[in-house]
Amino acid sequence: MEKPLSVYFFGTCLIDMVLPQAGLAAMRLLRREGIEVIYPQGQTCCGQPAYNSGYDAEARTVARCQLDAFSRDIPVVVPSASCAGMMKVQYPKLFAGTPDQERAEALARRVVELTDFLARVLDWRPVDRGAPLKVVLHQSCSARREMGVADAAKDLLARLAHLETVEPDHAHECCGFGGTFAVKQPEISAAMAADKADAILATGAQVLVSQDAGCLLNLGGTLERRCPDAAAQPSPRPAVKHIAELLWERTHDS
Amino acid sequence: MIPEFPVRVSQALGNERVRRNIRRTMDGLVLKRHKAFPDEHELAVLRRRGKLIRGHALAHLPDLLEELERNCQRNGIQVHWAETAAEGNALVRDILRRHGADLVIKGKSMVSEEMGLNHYLEAQGIRAVETDLGEFILQLGDERPSHIIAPAIHKDRVEIAQRFAAHFPEYPYTEDIEGLTAIARRIMREHFGRAIAGLSGVNFAVAETGTLCLVENEGNGRLCTTAPQVHIAVCGIEKVIARLDQLPPLLTLLTRSATGQPITTYVNMISGPRREGELDGPREVHLVLLDNGRSRIHGDPQLSSTLRCIRCGACMNHCPVYSRLGGHAYGTVYPGPIGGVLEPQLQGLDRLGELADASSLCGACGEVCPVRIPLPALLRRLRAEGVRGRQGSRVVGQGSRRKPLHRLIWTLWRWVNAYPSLYRGLTGLGTRLRWLMPKHLGPWTRTRSAPALAPRSLHELARSEGFRGE
Ligand code: SF4
Repeated sequence: MEKPLSVYFFGTCLIDMVLPQAGLAAMRLLRREGIEVIYPQGQTCCGQPAYNSGYDAEARTVARCQLDAFSRDIPVVVPSASCAGMMKVQYPKLFAGTPDQERAEALARRVVELTDFLARVLDWRPVDRGAPLKVVLHQSCSARREMGVADAAKDLLARLAHLETVEPDHAHECCGFGGTFAVKQPEISAAMAADKADAILATGAQVLVSQDAGCLLNLGGTLERRCPDAAAQPSPRPAVKHIAELLWERTHDS
Repeated sequence: MIPEFPVRVSQALGNERVRRNIRRTMDGLVLKRHKAFPDEHELAVLRRRGKLIRGHALAHLPDLLEELERNCQRNGIQVHWAETAAEGNALVRDILRRHGADLVIKGKSMVSEEMGLNHYLEAQGIRAVETDLGEFILQLGDERPSHIIAPAIHKDRVEIAQRFAAHFPEYPYTEDIEGLTAIARRIMREHFGRAIAGLSGVNFAVAETGTLCLVENEGNGRLCTTAPQVHIAVCGIEKVIARLDQLPPLLTLLTRSATGQPITTYVNMISGPRREGELDGPREVHLVLLDNGRSRIHGDPQLSSTLRCIRCGACMNHCPVYSRLGGHAYGTVYPGPIGGVLEPQLQGLDRLGELADASSLCGACGEVCPVRIPLPALLRRLRAEGVRGRQGSRVVGQGSRRKPLHRLIWTLWRWVNAYPSLYRGLTGLGTRLRWLMPKHLGPWTRTRSAPALAPRSLHELARSEGFRGE
């Protein structure tokens, strides 16, 4: 993929409602690179929650809405590997054998996860204006596996000169979010989140970043409970940020 | 009665000791596998090959099974067919009775677990003694395996020492692994010397040559299959492969995925009973081929990939859910991701459909499976069949997990997300009324703080920053 003139931005429902500053940061980053960013006001949710719960018909109806909202032949940048995976990998399966199959396949081809877009398509080389900072990177399972874009997030952070980036122990393991899994299997999910949160705390990093808001919600919420005192010693609780927020914060003129 | 799955989950998560034991072993196995496949490209090629070989065998299953039967018989192996576990059990009992055996020594076999063979034989007055060290330890406490290749991983050395001390007071107490193994070996040896029948599983059955392949590390499998007069092998019908030259890639995938070993200490190739002039080996070899629901699975083009499984256990070792629960919480013979896929198909979604929910769909299992079974996709499909059903599916219990409340929630969700203006209206309202949002959100907030809705949605922010909305 070459650097496009314009892109669609799919904010994802979670970022839309809970972490809009992450979506906005990502859109500003793209705009600053001279790309026209279109945010279709008709977008809603990718449909993954219902899909992963086995409610395929409901998922399909909602997914169709995104086929309508992102119909032009330009890339769709998604600030979440999980939602990107839903659109890129699962939509063609969800719509296989339906009249929308072709549209779904076309959209799937145009979907790019944000960090992958920045690192690979734009080959973005930012100037780090921030102070030295230790960051712990949590990669979502979709980034690692379904989308295979884990290298991109790592790459981007490495390009910021004043960052020290570490990964938690058992980095490859799921944080326990899994969408509705966290609600359907609360105890197992909590056990997974607790282990991940402890591993994150043990790194002593000041900021936790990820390319997925779902993981951040899960881990941020768990960290807050496990470590109510944010300044606790010896391992103070890290601030929790979407990777787009961190990238924007450290690279724009204020 | 086995308690319900959520109860078992709580119990498992509450048992620190078991959790520690399992986690430690799983971490070890994950590392060993990782080291055993240093070359990613080679691994990719091998996995593709493994998938093709197993897929080919399944595509020609009826023919290959007939070929296997013919060639086994030519080799002098007596072949029996069992449609159900009960039929399989009865077949084994009849063979044992015919020889007047009141004792059978057993190598490790998950299929015999599936049949519930030990308890069945016991009720018939025949004692079955496990000789795999892990199984031996479990049998002393009448426990079930918690892992398909490392059955006693939930136990640590001290627990095993205490169990041995309780059962074999004649031996001095030891917590030393060598010492414990020596005790087990001595006790088993008596059985090996006495038993006239041995029973084993089968890893692969080669149709072309009528050979049964069995891998193991302790040598007990070799003893069970060669020392007694009669050897009975129990084998799922899916274990057949077409040709002998397909065995090496499968074996290396199996052992490296399972324990990180390039090859197991023992590779047994069983091709018939003792021949004229030979000094040892069983006088009779029987092969019991068990269906027990497999041909139903085989009939479904997507689900039949379940049967490619070579029972390496890698999906469990890498599963974040299994490595916290251990196998017992699943309450089934096959735990972990493959259990979540296989057991609901064998026993019905109505009985075990909830196991398909015991996954965050993180994809770790699918990533490591040596025969590339799309485990996450299959788990998801079984969820869908549980809540809604699927036309033409042969999985029992279609739609049995439907709950009116869930149905309502997803219908409402669909309404909100399928009408952008409704969605915008509601999210706008939600962000404005966010102070109304409860601090407690069911299970989520039991261990996490509640997420806060933003003061303005991204839809609004994008508009006010001048991003085109089309
Ligand atoms: S499903 Fe795959 S990974 Fe799991 S036991 Fe079977 S072969 Fe091994």
